[in-house]
Amino acid sequence: MSFTTRGFSGRRREENPRLPPGQTLFDDWPVLTAGPTPHVDTADWELTIQDETGTDHRWDWDGLLALGVEDVTVDIHCVTHWTKLDMAWRGVSLDKLFQDVESEHEFVMARSYGGYTTNLPLEDLLDGKAWIATEAEGDPLGPEHGGPARLLVPHLYFWKSAKWIRGLTMMADDEPGFWEQNGYHLYGDPWKEERYW
Amino acid sequence: MSAPPLTQLGRSRPQAAWHVATVAEVRRETSTAVRLTLDVPTWPGSEAGSHLDLRLTAPDGYQASRSYSIASSAPGGPVVLAVDELPDGEVSPFLVHEVRPGDQLEVHGPLGSFFVWRPGESDRPVQLVAGGSGVVPLYAIAAAHGAAGDTSPLRLLYSVRRPGDVLFADELAALRGPAFELELVYTREAPATWAGPVGRLDKEALAASTVAASARPRVYVCGSTRFVETIAAWLQDLGHAAADIRTERFGGL
Ligand SMILES: Cc1cc2nc3c(=O)[nH]c(=O)nc-3n(C[C@H](O)[C@H](O)[C@H](O)COP(=O)(O)OP(=O)(O)OC[C@H]3O[C@@H](n4cnc5c(N)ncnc54)[C@H](O)[C@@H]3O)c2cc1C
Repeated sequence: MSFTTRGFSGRRREENPRLPPGQTLFDDWPVLTAGPTPHVDTADWELTIQDETGTDHRWDWDGLLALGVEDVTVDIHCVTHWTKLDMAWRGVSLDKLFQDVESEHEFVMARSYGGYTTNLPLEDLLDGKAWIATEAEGDPLGPEHGGPARLLVPHLYFWKSAKWIRGLTMMADDEPGFWEQNGYHLYGDPWKEERYW
Repeated sequence: MSAPPLTQLGRSRPQAAWHVATVAEVRRETSTAVRLTLDVPTWPGSEAGSHLDLRLTAPDGYQASRSYSIASSAPGGPVVLAVDELPDGEVSPFLVHEVRPGDQLEVHGPLGSFFVWRPGESDRPVQLVAGGSGVVPLYAIAAAHGAAGDTSPLRLLYSVRRPGDVLFADELAALRGPAFELELVYTREAPATWAGPVGRLDKEALAASTVAASARPRVYVCGSTRFVETIAAWLQDLGHAAADIRTERFGGL
């Protein structure tokens, strides 16, 4: 890269190999949402996976937790250039939810309370790669961070980790979700800087 | 608990790409902020309310990128930003103190086709609510509304600490007219001639100085994360539908 900005040396020289290109380390946890924060009570909360036959597989809050929660420590990368390393999460692996779901479809639309959507390939949700997260850093997930439950897909930019998750719909083809229709990349690999299209 | 989807159909819009920008003018805007005017010959233009990513590269290849809202929206013209200094920050102090005309940096955009306003899109009233530097995209919207001669009523409620903190003060004052109302909230210190209260907005003051929910305004809220969280929650308490409220959070607390 031949381009430099006169006088700029940069202050934080994270040489951390876990930092994807264009990212800066943050200790705090910023919020990025297109609208107001929805407030959802666990008593009313429900998660459904809809397969191609139109069948809804449903879990309420206790049903979700009964599948078994696990602790995961992962790095998260937001498209607005911040990264948090070693975040401690607790949640239910999507492998457990998909044990009961038969589908030929390869894509998933995640749907949230409040209307947010985001698309993902099914294989990016399975094999220990994704969770329905209910806690972060030892506390129940607050509403501004997507509580009571959000999707957690740490290997993709964080807008894929849909807050206030309420359902997953199986899709035959990849279709853009909310931010994807508004200019964000269809897939969102932080290591390839797939921010926008 | 379900609101109508926020989904909006994709529209044809300029493709976001990297551009080399040359600083044309640096103007002190307030005691903590500058206005940067950038010449970007390849810039495709942007809709009012969008932002860009600005990237600085050090001689050793180290890069830092941050998002900044675009204050301008006229096609073909220069790209105008207003940057408020975060004293402990990495990028904003550089932009506020070091950058001078002739310097080059890179911008990627235009970005953000959700938090935008389009002339003639709707004749519903529009309420803008800004906290601090959150006024930047909302100023762009007010300016575009004025330039288009759009007659849908537009109202801006703008919270600042003190009079000297008002960004685009002259331009905003000049935009005042039958279709644009500007209301300032001073949280720490008001002008000597100020008859109103001094202090943070509360829900009652918000209700009194914004378009009523019964008029179904489309609302744009922009500022720090905490400001936006607070205002958006109050707006819903006041009866505004979640789907009518668009937000842009600048980060921090
Ligand atoms: C879509 C978007 C548009 C934006 N538009 C503008 C704009 O028009 N004008 C403008 O001045 N800024 C704007 N910002 C904020 C900007 O991107 C930077 O966050 C800001 O300039 C600070 O960067 P920095 O490198 O100086 O600080 P950093 O080194 O990144 O941050 C230092 C610390 O400050 C905290 N912090 C970051 N941002 C803020 C903030 N806004 N308020 C308080 N604390 C913060 C961080 O959490 C971090 O811990 C925008 C942000 C977004 C997401």
